[in-house]
Amino acid sequence: MAYHFDFAAVWEYREQLATGALHTLGLITVGAGLGVSLGTFGAISRAWKIKPFDKLFTAYVELIRNTPFLVQLFFIFFGLPALGIKLGEWQAAIIAMVVNLGAYSTEIIRAGIQAIPRGQIEAASSLAMTRPQIFRHIVLRPALQKVWPALTSQIVIVMLGSSVCSQISAEELTYAANFIQSRNFRAFETYITVALMYLLLAFGVRWLLNQFGNRFVSGRAKP
Amino acid sequence: MMMEFTLWDIVRNLITGLEWTLGLSLTAFLLGGIVGLLVLAGRIGKFPWLRKTMRGYIELFQGTPLLMQLFLVFFGISLMGVDVPAWLAAAIGLTLFTSAYLAEIWRGCVEAIPKGQWEASSSLAMTWVEQMRYVILPQALRIAIAPTVGFSVQVVKGTSVASIIGFAELTKTGGMLANATFKPFLVFGLVAIGYFILCYPLSHFAARLERKYHGSAH
Repeated sequence: MAYHFDFAAVWEYREQLATGALHTLGLITVGAGLGVSLGTFGAISRAWKIKPFDKLFTAYVELIRNTPFLVQLFFIFFGLPALGIKLGEWQAAIIAMVVNLGAYSTEIIRAGIQAIPRGQIEAASSLAMTRPQIFRHIVLRPALQKVWPALTSQIVIVMLGSSVCSQISAEELTYAANFIQSRNFRAFETYITVALMYLLLAFGVRWLLNQFGNRFVSGRAKP
Repeated sequence: MMMEFTLWDIVRNLITGLEWTLGLSLTAFLLGGIVGLLVLAGRIGKFPWLRKTMRGYIELFQGTPLLMQLFLVFFGISLMGVDVPAWLAAAIGLTLFTSAYLAEIWRGCVEAIPKGQWEASSSLAMTWVEQMRYVILPQALRIAIAPTVGFSVQVVKGTSVASIIGFAELTKTGGMLANATFKPFLVFGLVAIGYFILCYPLSHFAARLERKYHGSAH
């Protein structure tokens, strides 16, 4: 049986696809910003054993890393309203992404902080650097520099994982794909197009994060 | 018709879902391991075109969402006029997904073997297959165990996405129960516990292996 591919039927919906891709990018931008911030806080708490946050973050990391993102999302979107916390689909999607990435980046950044030799901090304090200065220049920056590639990969993984947010009707790229294939009945063409769009997004986000890392984290590419 | 669900009814149904999750995970992990070995052989083998193809294969699966991969398998096979049940599409999709990740993990392990090992074994007139079989793989296997066990956690969690194409594993069962009982907080909490019970021992084991091999290798 010969099947005729019809990508024109997908091209018709290019606006929906573009909007979906922008929404996916928006989700990961906010999710990565807040998630990495949460992870930085968690990493410091765990690396320096700040009570009671170190124990709390250990439990949080184990809980999140050993359950699927989809279940976390459903729990937040469908489960929390039982406690009186009603969330829209975008809020739920963002919170789930932040919570998920927060746990992974806690572990990643912690590894970076723990790799910093004690002597560096002692040397800095003997130069009369203040604690915030030491933290910023001697601890956080070199730590982020070390783990930036791992952090980049994790952010890309979370972006690809955000495709399941379509299940709570957050209108991101996969939601657009589902909508389009229900209209044009060209499921295969639609999904292959969207899969390639995700591939491009993944390359793009990785490239941007590399640039960002070179410029702001390691400070190498300064003009 | 309304039906009353006791807590035991919910747990009983979730356990059935958990069994399907476990079955799908094992299938994907074992078959993915076999396919992954083939991909690895191509990826580090002697033929440049095959190396490039396998690199593309790995990048394709690591650069697209698992959900898209499952949709494509599901609808792609239907195009050929064959009706695929959800479990089969899920098993095929997750096998391909697993194979790409495992091949990439193992490639790192093979490349971690010092170049001198290759040179020494080829100076003993070993063929590529012999070098692999007697020199490289036995050493690579040692460092591959911990990350492989670690990745199995990702496979178990990945099976939850199969719920979206309609496979009644743990997450799907949870969704149906939440709708039937109007107790989403309880049901999804239990679903999360179910995954935790499967994944936590694996994570823990992987971390222990990591310490053990990392400690003795250097």
